[in-house]
Amino acid sequence: MRTRRPYSLPWSQVTPEKTYLSRRRLLAAAGAMLGGGLLPGLGVASSRFAGAPASRFSTDEPLTPLKHVTSYNNFYEFGTGKDDPARNAHTLKTTPWAVEIGGEVTRPATVGLEELIQPAHLEERIYRLRCVEGWSMVIPWVGFPLADLLKRFQPTSRANYVAFETLYDPEQMPGQKRPVLDWPYREGLRLDEAMHPLTLLTVGLYGNELPNQNGAPLRLVVPWKYGFKSIKSIVRIRLTEQRPTTSWEMANAREYGFYSNVNPEVDHPRWSQARERRLGEESLFQKKRPTLMFNGYGEQVAHLYQGMDLRKYY
Amino acid sequence: MASRLPISTRGWICASTTKVVGTGWRWDKPLLLMVALMPLGILIWSLFAGQLGANPLETLTHETGEWALRLLLATLAVTPLARLFLWTGLYRYRRMLGLLAFSYGVLHLLCYLWFDQGWLLVEIGRDLLKRPFILLGMSAFVLLLPLAATSTDRIRRWLGARRWRRLHRLIYPAALLAAVHFLLLVKADRFEPLIYLGILLLLLAARGLPTGCLSRRSSPRTS
Repeated sequence: MRTRRPYSLPWSQVTPEKTYLSRRRLLAAAGAMLGGGLLPGLGVASSRFAGAPASRFSTDEPLTPLKHVTSYNNFYEFGTGKDDPARNAHTLKTTPWAVEIGGEVTRPATVGLEELIQPAHLEERIYRLRCVEGWSMVIPWVGFPLADLLKRFQPTSRANYVAFETLYDPEQMPGQKRPVLDWPYREGLRLDEAMHPLTLLTVGLYGNELPNQNGAPLRLVVPWKYGFKSIKSIVRIRLTEQRPTTSWEMANAREYGFYSNVNPEVDHPRWSQARERRLGEESLFQKKRPTLMFNGYGEQVAHLYQGMDLRKYY
Repeated sequence: MASRLPISTRGWICASTTKVVGTGWRWDKPLLLMVALMPLGILIWSLFAGQLGANPLETLTHETGEWALRLLLATLAVTPLARLFLWTGLYRYRRMLGLLAFSYGVLHLLCYLWFDQGWLLVEIGRDLLKRPFILLGMSAFVLLLPLAATSTDRIRRWLGARRWRRLHRLIYPAALLAAVHFLLLVKADRFEPLIYLGILLLLLAARGLPTGCLSRRSSPRTS
């Protein structure tokens, strides 16, 4: 394990404040230059969530530059190329936005985004993101624990799982016109995974609203699982008794399991998961770094899987 | 046709095999070479300018691999085009196209061995055994090796035309392996690799059509 304590210094305390602030400004400027009119929310409203306090769950590793975070995305709703989402996601309309919360809850409801987000509860979480394709980033997200939201709607005793759905609207999401995956994109978590304090409902990154290509206006971030579990542009959250089936599972169950925990010992048929390329900082000639069990969050989450054969439940 | 010289149509048609023409300096091959190396030039320039995006490893690997496959298809297009349209001047470019395909293949393999695996032989071996698409890609490369090695006129003469031709039929399985390698490695969107595979199958099938059948001339005018 890399970190001995489950809490590490927040980003703002690691870097001297002056450097930190000027870096922020630089990044905002870079964002504005990069985004221009293309990326709504970025660079326009500067640091909307700048006040969000740092979290004890944040890592102090160097951040992946904003330009990489916003230009290299797997978001097949806007095309299967890595640069497609940054180019195409401007067609997504994120206001107004409503999320339907139903299933095994005592108070099902459809709630507007403003009502869903309680600004006072937002915090900045700097997480590692490990993609199943063998690359990783370090991203300062802004969000709040999914558990806070689920508690508000009071899951019943029959709720065992949480199922999520992305918006389905081929007009706004042109990638959905092709049957690359069985739309809408579906994901799911076991209830205890969903209630875990690391599981973050995310509304921003780098102190600003989420750019569309990163899953605006509301996405999930589950840092100990492969990136595709962190579903984007959520419109539906259902608590269920039965385990939901996920989009990638439907596409290829042998390769994409329901759990999909980051695990260097369980290989994916396409990619060895033993190592990863940290994007943005490393030279091509540098060897890939070893991947950590549960993406380095084992101390916090390993107990969720005690007694489970992780080769079987991949 | 750029290569036509004021000798005779016959000389032009037979140029590649009989060497009737080709004494003077011709700019067509250098031009082809330059055009075919442009993608590589752009990649290298982008690499040093930091323009390869967030994941240079992935960009370099994908681009070199796709260009290898494209040039392999171009090589395989020479024979059917030349035969069906009686456009024999094309044969002149076949060797260069093949060698270019091989060169991009070398770069593609190097990207994998060096940047992706960091020369960790144990992991490369494990990859080969576990992942069919790696095995297929590597096999395609191994099949192309003897073709590149026997590409000079002197070796061709030494081998004898018949044996040389038989050996060079290895390009068919190599191209099939390369196309299936691409098909197997994509996650969900099989559109692009299927196009490559489709073109390859067309090019292979076209070899079964009678000579000159798409030409306006009824029969080859080589005699």
